[in-house]
Amino acid sequence: MTSQVNEVLLRSLTPSVLGILVRRGADFAAAEDAVQDALVEAVRVWPADPPRDPKGWLVTVAWRRFLDATRADAARRRREDLVDEEPAPGSAPAVDDTLLLYFLCAHPSLTPSSAVALTLRAVGGLTTRQIAQAYLVPEATMAQRISRAKRTVSGVRFDQPGDVATVLRVLYLIFNEGYSSDVDLAAEAIRLTRQLAAAIDHPEVAGLLALMLLHHARRATRTAPDGSLVPLAEQDRGRWDTESIAEGVEILQAALARDRLGEFQAQAAIAALHADAPTAEETDWVQIVEWYDELARLTDSPVVRLNRAVAVGEADRPRAGLAALAALDDSLPRHAAVAAYLHERDGDLATAARLYAEAAQKAPNLAERDYLTRQAARLNARRCR
Amino acid sequence: MAKYLLLKHYRGAPASVNDVPMDQWTPEEISAHVQYMHDFAARLEGTGEFVDSQALAPEGTFVRYDGEGRPPVTDGPFAETKDLIAGWMVIDVDSYERAIELAGDLSAAPGAGGEPIHEWLEVRPFLAAPPTITE
Repeated sequence: MTSQVNEVLLRSLTPSVLGILVRRGADFAAAEDAVQDALVEAVRVWPADPPRDPKGWLVTVAWRRFLDATRADAARRRREDLVDEEPAPGSAPAVDDTLLLYFLCAHPSLTPSSAVALTLRAVGGLTTRQIAQAYLVPEATMAQRISRAKRTVSGVRFDQPGDVATVLRVLYLIFNEGYSSDVDLAAEAIRLTRQLAAAIDHPEVAGLLALMLLHHARRATRTAPDGSLVPLAEQDRGRWDTESIAEGVEILQAALARDRLGEFQAQAAIAALHADAPTAEETDWVQIVEWYDELARLTDSPVVRLNRAVAVGEADRPRAGLAALAALDDSLPRHAAVAAYLHERDGDLATAARLYAEAAQKAPNLAERDYLTRQAARLNARRCR
Repeated sequence: MAKYLLLKHYRGAPASVNDVPMDQWTPEEISAHVQYMHDFAARLEGTGEFVDSQALAPEGTFVRYDGEGRPPVTDGPFAETKDLIAGWMVIDVDSYERAIELAGDLSAAPGAGGEPIHEWLEVRPFLAAPPTITE
């Protein structure tokens, strides 16, 4: 018996194969379709007949598919003439193809959802069906989203890197989508960020990778067997993935040493301080508040200030946290949940219970709603006793 | 096979028999309720009758067209809205009787004191595509 195709290895070859086709003169949209066809073919053929040079095999098959598709389209005969000649190798690229693909798929002309879908397909090598399943939309809808995205970037020159921040935002979105389906988007985001970190030397890329690794390390402990949320303070720290934490911390330290702080490094630093505490009580909240101050300076985000209020409540007293909270707009998402938590810490259980119930009404997802309702119930039960 | 919508209301349905707000339950009662809902959906997936299940946030906005070149008019949320949908389950079953039976099961989800809520659920048939043979 032959082995299964190593899907991750196969998909890791996707961007460089696609880059080669584009360099040979294939337009991006057609080249991307051809590479997808080649991936499907590889899954079919490789188990019985593994190639000696997987990447070479993929390039050959994808190029043939591209030519077939181009020939089949009579309206594109002129392009056929162009590409049918044996392609010139082209001048050696100054910038890595994989890197250019990340920038293309996260191009500012794309909406976030389009950039996410295109990145997962063209860089990640996922099929449209897998991406559709991951985002719980019909396959036809996702196919349309991807082809529109490809059309949007078809005129973009494939030769110079853009702003790395746009790429990081897309990868962060993918990571944050969670674990709803068979496709593990968080693991995929880590793989793609790792691949990006290998292609470009940038402290914020390292910062994002560290952040993802540190969060991912806690993943198994974040939900109970029944699917309910387990807050950080109650997670079983013995089950955190120490290898992932060690790697995240090491990457973060190297990034911070370069003294070009950015928001992902600051977020990772906070995650590292949590990961570093043997028990919730030993958390270094004073340092965490300092990092939130940095983060607030870098992003000026009200959500950061909200999280900072929690940290202040821990580092100082709950009253100090409530004072920090008072300066913020109470229409902020999760404002009521934070207020409830701080009031409970301050011993005002009646107010806390009322706010938890209010927060549950505004919860953005079912898991959070159930968690907050349970918190309200816990306090109400305690007060009745 | 025919599809039915099992509709759950925040407001607008007659009061449940066991009508206690969820934040007055014990945490264990809430867990038991959530588990029941999971198990119910899993059972219908097992029988090949499950289509979809979604929950909605309580607050919504009314929107209407306001003429060429003008932004849509929005209104609400209205605190006094009488009928407020909380969520739904779509099932695909062989008969109306089966839809009623399943809605009854869903309404038996445990609430305060671990007792069934006896919540009123609304069962609405989908208007299907016309059949191939009509006479």
